Amino acid sequence: MKIGIVVFPGSNCDRDIERAAEVVGSESGFIWHKDKDVRGYDAIVLPGGFAHGDYLRCGAIARFSPVMDAVSEFAEGGGPVLGICNGFQTLLESGLLPGATLRNTGLRFICRPQKLRIDNVNTPFTHLYKKGEVLDFPIAHAEGNYYADPDTIKLLEDEGRIVFRYAEPDGSLTEASNPNGSMHNIAGITNKTGNVVGLMPHPERVVESILGGTDGLRVFKSVMSWCGKGGVR
Amino acid sequence: MKSYLAKVVVTLKPSILDPQGVAVRTGLLSMGYSDVDSVRLGKFIEVRLKADDEAAARAMVDEISKKLLANLVMERYEFTVAEEVAK
Repeated sequence: MKIGIVVFPGSNCDRDIERAAEVVGSESGFIWHKDKDVRGYDAIVLPGGFAHGDYLRCGAIARFSPVMDAVSEFAEGGGPVLGICNGFQTLLESGLLPGATLRNTGLRFICRPQKLRIDNVNTPFTHLYKKGEVLDFPIAHAEGNYYADPDTIKLLEDEGRIVFRYAEPDGSLTEASNPNGSMHNIAGITNKTGNVVGLMPHPERVVESILGGTDGLRVFKSVMSWCGKGGVR
Repeated sequence: MKSYLAKVVVTLKPSILDPQGVAVRTGLLSMGYSDVDSVRLGKFIEVRLKADDEAAARAMVDEISKKLLANLVMERYEFTVAEEVAK
């Protein structure tokens, strides 16, 4: 099992992913954004950070990095792809996931622990969780306000493609538990085939108790066991 | 080939709340400009390019606006193109 970690100029959570892979016993390797080949990896992670300085829009320039054609091809072939924070924004810009992120409604960069409810446990990255479970992942973003047109939101709801939602500790969805104004409290979604997942919060920052929690561990354990059951290579 | 200067303006779709614009309007209201009804922020982008004629220049600016400068999920764009004559 080997996780490929895409490194854009300005990525800054790449080594956190490497550590998360190490904690669950997976091999990993860095893929420079100018590489055009992702062969040899069982799963691809687009880490957080500020790819290409986030100039113009978050992820807008990253989506045209040479590696993204190979990532798209990998995703279309059913390979598990996870985008975290800036990596999620890059997946949105690339069209691998629908929608966009706007400035947080409060206009502030928010960096703190955040309660999430997990609503889809059929993806390679969430199948070891229980549906409806409430987790604590840190968030750290200024543009995490998920937006999509009403038809897209309806489609995501109808097809159960909303994976994570900002929630109260009891799992209820309120305006107060929504940190950034995201539609339908959306924190993370998946594509139609369920192999591409993107979320604003950071599971890789809660994989060891010394970091303050282990709620994110099963994201990485999930993809390991998923690939063990006949993942692509 | 001729040189052209394109000025592209990118704004959030009208249906999307612009919290930055709301904050600026609040500032203007507190300064006493009570007749300011709304403020929306956007991006202004200048692009210098070479093209055979204005139609070709416009076509290129339209294409790069769609592909990169604006995200049509949440934004819209408009632009002007003018030939630049060397002085």
